[in-house]
Amino acid sequence: MLSIKNLHVKLEDEDKQILKGVDLEVEAGKVHAIMGPNGSGKSTLSYVLSGRDGYEVTDGTAALEGEDLLAMEPEERAAAGLFLAFQYPVEIPGVGNMTFLRTALNAQRKTRGEDEISAGEFLKLIRDKAASLKIDAEMLKRPVNVGFSGGEKKRNEILQMAVLAPKMCILDETDSGLDVDAMKLVADGVNALRDAGRGFLVITHYQRLLDHIQPDVVHIMSDGRIIKTGGPELAIEVEKNGYTDIVGEVA
Amino acid sequence: MAVAQPKQDLTETRLATLDLPQGAGWAREAREAALARVRDMGLPTRRDEYWKYTDPASLTQPAPPRAALFEATDEAPLFSEIDRLRIVFVDGVFDPDQSDDLSLAGVEIERLSDALNKDIHWARDVFGTLEAAGQTPVARPLAALSTAFATDGLVIRATGMAAKPISFVYLHRSETSDAMLHHVVRVEEGAELTILENGPAAARFMKTMEISVADRGAFHHIRAQGRDHERRAATHMFARLGEESAYKSFTLTVNGILTRNEHVIELTGDDAIAHVAGAAMGDGKTIACHHDDTVFVTHDAVNCESRQVFKKVLRNGAEGVFQGKILVKPGAQKTDGYQISQALLLDEEASFQAKPELEIYADDVKCSHGSTTGAIDETALFYLRARGVPRETATDLLVLAFIDEAIQEIEDAGLQDEIRTRLQLWLERRRRG
Ligand SMILES: Nc1ncnc2c1ncn2[C@@H]1O[C@H](COP(=O)(O)OP(=O)(O)OP(=O)(O)O)[C@@H](O)[C@H]1O
Ligand SMILES: [Mg+2]
Repeated sequence: MLSIKNLHVKLEDEDKQILKGVDLEVEAGKVHAIMGPNGSGKSTLSYVLSGRDGYEVTDGTAALEGEDLLAMEPEERAAAGLFLAFQYPVEIPGVGNMTFLRTALNAQRKTRGEDEISAGEFLKLIRDKAASLKIDAEMLKRPVNVGFSGGEKKRNEILQMAVLAPKMCILDETDSGLDVDAMKLVADGVNALRDAGRGFLVITHYQRLLDHIQPDVVHIMSDGRIIKTGGPELAIEVEKNGYTDIVGEVA
Repeated sequence: MAVAQPKQDLTETRLATLDLPQGAGWAREAREAALARVRDMGLPTRRDEYWKYTDPASLTQPAPPRAALFEATDEAPLFSEIDRLRIVFVDGVFDPDQSDDLSLAGVEIERLSDALNKDIHWARDVFGTLEAAGQTPVARPLAALSTAFATDGLVIRATGMAAKPISFVYLHRSETSDAMLHHVVRVEEGAELTILENGPAAARFMKTMEISVADRGAFHHIRAQGRDHERRAATHMFARLGEESAYKSFTLTVNGILTRNEHVIELTGDDAIAHVAGAAMGDGKTIACHHDDTVFVTHDAVNCESRQVFKKVLRNGAEGVFQGKILVKPGAQKTDGYQISQALLLDEEASFQAKPELEIYADDVKCSHGSTTGAIDETALFYLRARGVPRETATDLLVLAFIDEAIQEIEDAGLQDEIRTRLQLWLERRRRG
């Protein structure tokens, strides 16, 4: 599904290398988790994959189902099936949540050569998904993320994911700032989307999320590289002992 | 002060092309007085402080530059869905054949030329009077020119609740038309009137509207100056407001080589309110675009409120100007004055100049003003694109969001939607190219 090879990334305006050779293969139907110390490059990886400005790929490749992601515009990557749940969801005053989501969904469908969804169908779809995430209709009427609490913003990311139904979902610390119940809602939202055709890359600092979303593979990222890969037990080890041992052991 | 020779020459050259309309009595006197004002002030030049940011040369030269006709035959005209009294002007000339009958419950409507020929007429208290009063402290000679020479326009008096909005539709049919209109409006005590204006009007369009609102009267004005790229227009709205009266005006402008919209508002009765808003979108890609909002609000009564909300979205070298002044006269206590002008520049070539001013001679007032110039929010743009919205569409969503604060100043929700939907449609068409 998602195939990253030897990815090297530096900041565009600064001589600062952030990713120093990332190799990662997420198969369809699998959930991979990435953990790692602050500043190790996890968000950078997710931004580079989704096409944010400000980074320069100096080496390596990234492909989604064989298609070169790095050659596409951000909107083309989204239409190809890539989704990033942002670590810091963005507030957009003046743009209604519903308008935003419908425009996004229809733009993706159009790019893929599919018919636009009707207003009625869309309403039904979003109501259905919002209900399961316990997002009330009033919130949907507000401008995108404006006045949302931290937890509401994160739930809104998952709502977008559920509506857009992407093939490859990257979740950047979607669990941080969530209370226990919200965490469970988010996990349920993710689990509901798990199927044989879809891949997940879950960036997190906490084992707790992984209790709810059982990962198939866990990676540890440090200083711009994946330094260790293992099963769910790796997350438990991190939770218990922190990163020092793992980082030390590899160095 | 004597008018400098070059300005005098410019003025006389222009005046030589115009004839004072026939007539006698009070109207003739008003026109002659206006002509004398024009000569006293001289026509504007770039050297005048008030025209520092906008070059009036094409507005004062004897004949206008040619302007291509613009017609969107594939869309319903603006306000078509609104139940209204439709009055059509073709290149600045009233066209009775295309217009509805000039009759409407709660309102008296006459052509300017008819009204001015009547010996006794309420309009004599308004025609040229508000314009003349609005010449100090800043000269507006183009408005005086219209008092002197405009032959067409409407004279409207609301005596009660107008049964529906009066809609002026300006059609542009000649590439060289030089139109001058003068409308006179009186809203009587407790009466209410809405005027809609739209259409490209003429190659060069000068329009003055004088509006006198009596105590507890309300005047609403919604205008769209739309997409005829080669337009050159200078408009003036002079308003005088009585006690507890209201004046609310909104203008949507798209493109235009030169557009200058002036509002001169005097709050003379206690507890009156004046809201003026504008949204302009300019793209200088194929044809230059310059848009200027100039507003002068004078508070001369107690407990009045004024609001100015202006938004401009500019790209490809389009230029925006905002000059806004709030003058609070001695004794105008409890004044609440607010003014904001904001520009969204979509590229490095676009520019915005703002000159916000407050002049306050009363001590118990609340006045604030602000002006901002910004670029598109890149973080928001990326967020939208990451969800699959193409760059152009995402930009338009952010543009609409930016402009919406001005649209929200329109009181009537239906008219708000009309403007909003229209803007959306235009942006979509623009995207399709
Ligand atoms: N645009 C930028 N400008 C300057 N430095 C940047 C930029 N983007 C990333 N960095 C730097 O790159 C490094 C990696 O940042 P990144 O956000 O990817 O870390 P992270 O692993 O997601 O950390 P956290 O766990 O705290 O979210 C950090 O040192 C960060 O300061
Ligand atoms: Mg991060």
